[in-house]
Amino acid sequence: MIGFYITAASAVPTYMQLVEQVRQALRLGRLEPGDRLPTVREVAAAVAINPNTVLKAYRELEHEGLVEGRAGQGTFVVRSLAGPPPQTLDALRADLEAWVSKARAAGLGPEHVKAVVDSTIGPLLEAEASA
Amino acid sequence: MSGAMVADGLTVRYGRTTALDACSFAIPERTIVALVGPNGAGKSTLLHCATGLVRASDGTITVLGGPAGDPTLPQVGFVAQDAPLYLDFTAAELLTMGARLNRRFDLAFCRERLAGLAIPLDRRVGRLSGGQRAQVALCLALAKRPGLLLLDEPLAALDPLARREFLSALMDAVAAEPMTVIMSSHLVTDLERVCDHVMVLRAGRVSLLGRTDELVETHRMLIGPPQRRRPRIAGVERIVSASRAQRQIQLLVRTSGDVLHPEWDQHDVSLEDVVLAYLAECPVEPLLELEGAGA
Repeated sequence: MIGFYITAASAVPTYMQLVEQVRQALRLGRLEPGDRLPTVREVAAAVAINPNTVLKAYRELEHEGLVEGRAGQGTFVVRSLAGPPPQTLDALRADLEAWVSKARAAGLGPEHVKAVVDSTIGPLLEAEASA
Repeated sequence: MSGAMVADGLTVRYGRTTALDACSFAIPERTIVALVGPNGAGKSTLLHCATGLVRASDGTITVLGGPAGDPTLPQVGFVAQDAPLYLDFTAAELLTMGARLNRRFDLAFCRERLAGLAIPLDRRVGRLSGGQRAQVALCLALAKRPGLLLLDEPLAALDPLARREFLSALMDAVAAEPMTVIMSSHLVTDLERVCDHVMVLRAGRVSLLGRTDELVETHRMLIGPPQRRRPRIAGVERIVSASRAQRQIQLLVRTSGDVLHPEWDQHDVSLEDVVLAYLAECPVEPLLELEGAGA
């Protein structure tokens, strides 16, 4: 079972914050097909938000085919968004960490490191998307 | 018109003071409404009218389809400002009193609820914390199993943690049994996460009532150069408020479609921005005159 949190200052509508947190849990494998989402009442009370907001989020997730409401039982995950297995992610992360250390050793500050990463992967991903 | 609370020309005068001035509106059932306005705007008067504690000088108010007052009171839960309770009574004694004084009163529900909140039934209410007292008052109001729950400034006296706990308990109750909740506050930010409708009262009049998501979607902040005349901008239904800083003016507008005008920068607004614009008494013309005079 996952917990939710709401950022009041966010420009993202509350229901979308819930939707995104479920998607993120699915991507990271913290939620898997068959898992039950907390009930509307549980979420409304835990986060102190309008029950209709929770309903709206669950309806959106249902619309996306990620979860399914079963009468009298609750809302269940039916599809996974998990990516590659954790070992693969760990290996990729290790490569990136090595690169970041190299960049720091070369005198790049944190902002500079991010700028290089963004300016490198941005065009690459864009080219891929348009291919 | 039907709804949880419907007013038609509702006017309340206290001597020479007009507390509510020809208010007409309909609040749909099963909504959670933030009633926002400054002190003296008429929020408490309106809530008291809905219970029948204050009579209309003119016009009508109905709740849940019947006239406000005795006929509908059993279905209306009301917690007045500062959650007034008999401080020498224990919570258990207050429950007994509630059960004797109300036609509908779910005693078992109350005991379970207060136990769930770990509030001691045998302690004098005066010795409970402010947050606990607010929870006891809410519980007494919910025990009527109301179709309409009215809360006057329920959060004003509570610290941030107690506020969160109060809203959490309230949302739990609403999720368990649908009802309409109308609660007042100076600040919409306090209630933003729980309300789906906002009603703004200003000087005894309803200046805004609508769904929170629609209000955020249909309002924009426009920033542009100073104007000599009231600007006409395609897609703008109404200029709600305006403010001026040096070489630019800001307009908070209600839109009727896409705003298309190269002179104006557009920005999204928060619910608080919208509410503040309707609360602010700053008509557009004086601002423009000021601009002309100062130039």
